Amino acid sequence: MQALTELVEAAASDIDAAPDLAALDGVRVAYLGKKGELTLRLKSLSELPADERPSAGQAINAAKQQVQGHYNARRKALESAALERELAADAVDVTLPGRGTATGGQHPVWRAGRRIERIFREAGFGVRSGPEIEDDFHNFTALNIPENHPARAMHDTFYFPDGMLLRTHTSPVQIRAMVEEGAPIRIIAPGRVYRRDYDQTHTPMFHQVEGLVVDRGISFANLKAVLHQFVEAFFERKIDLRFRPSYFPFTEPSAEVDIRWSEDKWLEILGCGMVHPNVLESAGVDSETYTGYAFGMGIERLAMLRYGVMDLRTFFDNDLRFLRQFR
Amino acid sequence: MRIAESWLRDWIDPDLDTTALAEKLTMAGLEVDGVHTEGGGLEGVVIGEVTDVAKHPDADRLSVCRVITGQGEPVEVVCGAPNVVVGMKSPLAVPGVKLPNGLKLKKSKIRGVVSNGMLCSAEELELGDDSDGIISLPADAPVGAALADYLGLPDGIIDVDLTPNRGDCFSMLGIARDLAALTGAPLKVQAIDVVPASIDDTQPVETPLPAGCPSFAGRVIRNIDRNARSPLWMTERLRRVGLRPIHPVVDVTNYVMLEFGQPLHGYDYTKIRGAIRPRAARAGEKVVLLDEKEITLHDDTLVITDDSGVIGLAGIMGGLSTAVSDDTVDVFFEAAFWPPAFMAGQARSYGLHTDASLRFERGVDPHEQVRAVERATALLVQIAGGEAGPLTHVLNAAELPKRPAIVLRRERLAHLLGARIDDAVVSGILERLGLGVEAVESGWQVTPPSYRFDINLEVDLIEEVARIYGYDGIPQTTATAETPLARAGESEVEFDRVAQTLIARDYQEVVNYSFVDRDTDAAFTGETSGFELSNPISSEMSVMRGSMWSGLVTSAAANVARQQERVRLFEIGRSFHGSPGSHREIHRVAGLAVGPAVPEQWGTKARPLDFFDIKADVSALLELAGDACRHTYEPLEHPALQVGQSAKVLRDGVEIGVLGKLHPSLAKRFEIKRDVYLFEINADLALVAGVPAAKPVSRYPAIRRDIAVVVDEKVSAAAIVDAVASTAPALIRDVKIFDVYQGPGIEAGLKSIALGLILQETSRTLTDVDADTVTSSAVRKLQQDFAAELRD
Repeated sequence: MQALTELVEAAASDIDAAPDLAALDGVRVAYLGKKGELTLRLKSLSELPADERPSAGQAINAAKQQVQGHYNARRKALESAALERELAADAVDVTLPGRGTATGGQHPVWRAGRRIERIFREAGFGVRSGPEIEDDFHNFTALNIPENHPARAMHDTFYFPDGMLLRTHTSPVQIRAMVEEGAPIRIIAPGRVYRRDYDQTHTPMFHQVEGLVVDRGISFANLKAVLHQFVEAFFERKIDLRFRPSYFPFTEPSAEVDIRWSEDKWLEILGCGMVHPNVLESAGVDSETYTGYAFGMGIERLAMLRYGVMDLRTFFDNDLRFLRQFR
Repeated sequence: MRIAESWLRDWIDPDLDTTALAEKLTMAGLEVDGVHTEGGGLEGVVIGEVTDVAKHPDADRLSVCRVITGQGEPVEVVCGAPNVVVGMKSPLAVPGVKLPNGLKLKKSKIRGVVSNGMLCSAEELELGDDSDGIISLPADAPVGAALADYLGLPDGIIDVDLTPNRGDCFSMLGIARDLAALTGAPLKVQAIDVVPASIDDTQPVETPLPAGCPSFAGRVIRNIDRNARSPLWMTERLRRVGLRPIHPVVDVTNYVMLEFGQPLHGYDYTKIRGAIRPRAARAGEKVVLLDEKEITLHDDTLVITDDSGVIGLAGIMGGLSTAVSDDTVDVFFEAAFWPPAFMAGQARSYGLHTDASLRFERGVDPHEQVRAVERATALLVQIAGGEAGPLTHVLNAAELPKRPAIVLRRERLAHLLGARIDDAVVSGILERLGLGVEAVESGWQVTPPSYRFDINLEVDLIEEVARIYGYDGIPQTTATAETPLARAGESEVEFDRVAQTLIARDYQEVVNYSFVDRDTDAAFTGETSGFELSNPISSEMSVMRGSMWSGLVTSAAANVARQQERVRLFEIGRSFHGSPGSHREIHRVAGLAVGPAVPEQWGTKARPLDFFDIKADVSALLELAGDACRHTYEPLEHPALQVGQSAKVLRDGVEIGVLGKLHPSLAKRFEIKRDVYLFEINADLALVAGVPAAKPVSRYPAIRRDIAVVVDEKVSAAAIVDAVASTAPALIRDVKIFDVYQGPGIEAGLKSIALGLILQETSRTLTDVDADTVTSSAVRKLQQDFAAELRD
């Protein structure tokens, strides 16, 4: 009879030589199966003298475990190799494009507009809106622009036959909001505005965001701070600002704000000022108790600067090749 | 307004170069639009004197001139100017000199005669557009001197864009006054040589409407030299600020206006009939103005009249009947103060806009009239001789604008600006601005000067202080006011979410004009817009849209024409409804899709878009409002949509939108050859959200039972689902339609519809018996209601 150790060695080499799971199973049957060599040895223990049986039994069981362990390891290796082959056959070309629908995108004006909204919302501003077909009172008179005021010539206005007009700025929302809510108030009002002007740098419709803060103790210094913070938030960098005296009938003092775009190039981006006492009074707010600031900015202007758009009119061409750049 | 720097420096000469000067003005609210140099490139051009003029031997129109420059030999030049005469002084450029247009002069032979230089016209030197002859310099021009030095060139031209409140700055004096306050440089007061009266002639002036004419100064000058021309120094200055020389009388009035901001008018004295009477026009009166156009007056216009009727529009433009001409020898100068209240809007109402009306509307100094007339008289006499009569001045002092003192409170100033400015600085600024300042306990009592129409309130003074102090000097302070927390509303779906939802479904946001072509809009709404603009940019942008679709379809058509296969657009905006006087603006979300249902891709068969693709998009949008509301779709006839492929969507029975396939005839009109699907939602109604009310989820398994029935094809899917659901509302969680079939095996006019019933109880596991009971009662219901047949 072969020595047990030789048997274990033979089993090990047979196991290692099995090329696949089926062959391996054959080896298992040959050694460990019901009629396998090791099984038969166990069965033949009864032929030994009783005093030899325990030690011989132990030796055979140890050999069996050794072979079983070897078999298990080999089986695991063969199984994972098989799985790997299977998976390799399943591989796809990952460079093929994905399927399904695509995604659209925002219009750049509203992409900028919604960001502006978000910046001010987070600073505690409410968002308001007003009608686009306005009356003369809200668009002009209540804003300290009486009839025949020279400032009316600055706004080339679209009129309807009954005297109503398309709002030339979002400022009428100031009046509507103050009349409705009184002071203190802290709002912005984004929306469409209209002026009768159509050339390379003007479109007859564009978008503005109006801002209004009225409270006790609001000062020009506060206005300067909020606009500087806004500009830096919008452009996400440090930016020099220049407040230049200007004139709007509904604010005083009034300013136009320039940003330093390059070493010696200032770009005007918005108009602002302290709410004129006549405007506060026309909206029923006591101008002694309350002061406030207001500002108005063109969204297109900011979007052009932010995204490097050169021609204002492209915003309204709705050419997908242009718009798809602003996901 | 254009300012010539050299002229301005006659009035004030601060130690600033042109750029710094412009910067100073801009930062004080007198915004400089641009700065450029006038009269550059004249190096080498000198003043020559023509000492001899001979005919060119071979050319009738040319002359051969001898020109001296005070140095070296006389220069012989060939000249084509018709005005060249002996003794004339004119700019001479010799070979080697580069003219402003970049041309380098060479010695040349013209028709056989050598020309050693060129006598120059204004056009050649870029000093005007006169090319008819060479420039004739005054007799006292120094021969040999550089032309640029003589003319004070190059000169900085500063273009100031004045805001409507600063009427006082429409003159050298006005700008100089502000600069004096800004820089501290002294204002150089220009003394005026008052011409003594040498004749007795006066022009009678009556003011029947004193409020309209608080101050009217005038002077008669007779026997001026009708051949006199305005001198070069004057025409040069006028030219540099953009005015052409016209006639000495007109040039003088323009010049004085630019000096003092007071518009003047020069009449041909002999053409005035009787007294001048400024009054309100009578409606329908007519006058022919200087521009030879006749206008019909309305009754709120101030006019100048004499015995012949209306002879001019006060403060806007003179009339033709009394205009000066080349024959004029007797002149009457008028300088009046026409109050802004009478001038506002007048010029515009006649389609006019003049230098005078611009100034009067904004307000000229009511105390400047006499000085202006005296200055004009002196200038005219200097230019054209003549004898002046005594000055007449009608002054309705009671009607002059009142300038009550204004109190500027120290505390208010500090409060509004958020900066405390030293008292001495404040009073210094106010004084330098020419305001009367008196210290009072609370601050200052300030009297504005007559020319500052924009200073009436305390806040006007605060602005002046801030403006001169400089906005840069005001700190930035974050407001610390307490802000109540904003309500983060849940009752309204924000447009941002709407946009993101559509973007995720491959829609691109667009912005279309709110005004559209009338007929196009009508094609989409079935009615004519009630909002037609009185003054549209063009007929394509003349009515306010009643539907968002005209813009979307127009944009889509343009993109299709640009070879875009698949176009999916949405717009969030408003449509306009009702009628003038009671209009409504409805917030809309509208979309359009054309082209394949999914982008072209491998492994998926291309499928044309259909109604249900766009319906899914609409449903996704509407579901943002939450599950609490119930959306139903009903067939719809719509002027822009194809019947049978269009629906309205209702929310709890209220119509909130429409969707469907664009009518092929409209698609054809826009030259779109493929099916176009559209939707339009009333956001005001559709995007009102309910707050979710949570229900517990069942812990027990659901059972599914499928049935297929054959019904008349007209029975709607919604009716079948509703009928099934109604049979066991407590158990039926959902009814899914998983197949709809017509074709072989199904009789024509019928359809097979396959339903999946999802059954679930919250308190127990359902048994097969429960499921069978529900299923058979559902089938019975369908048999009863729709004569449905169960399909095996």
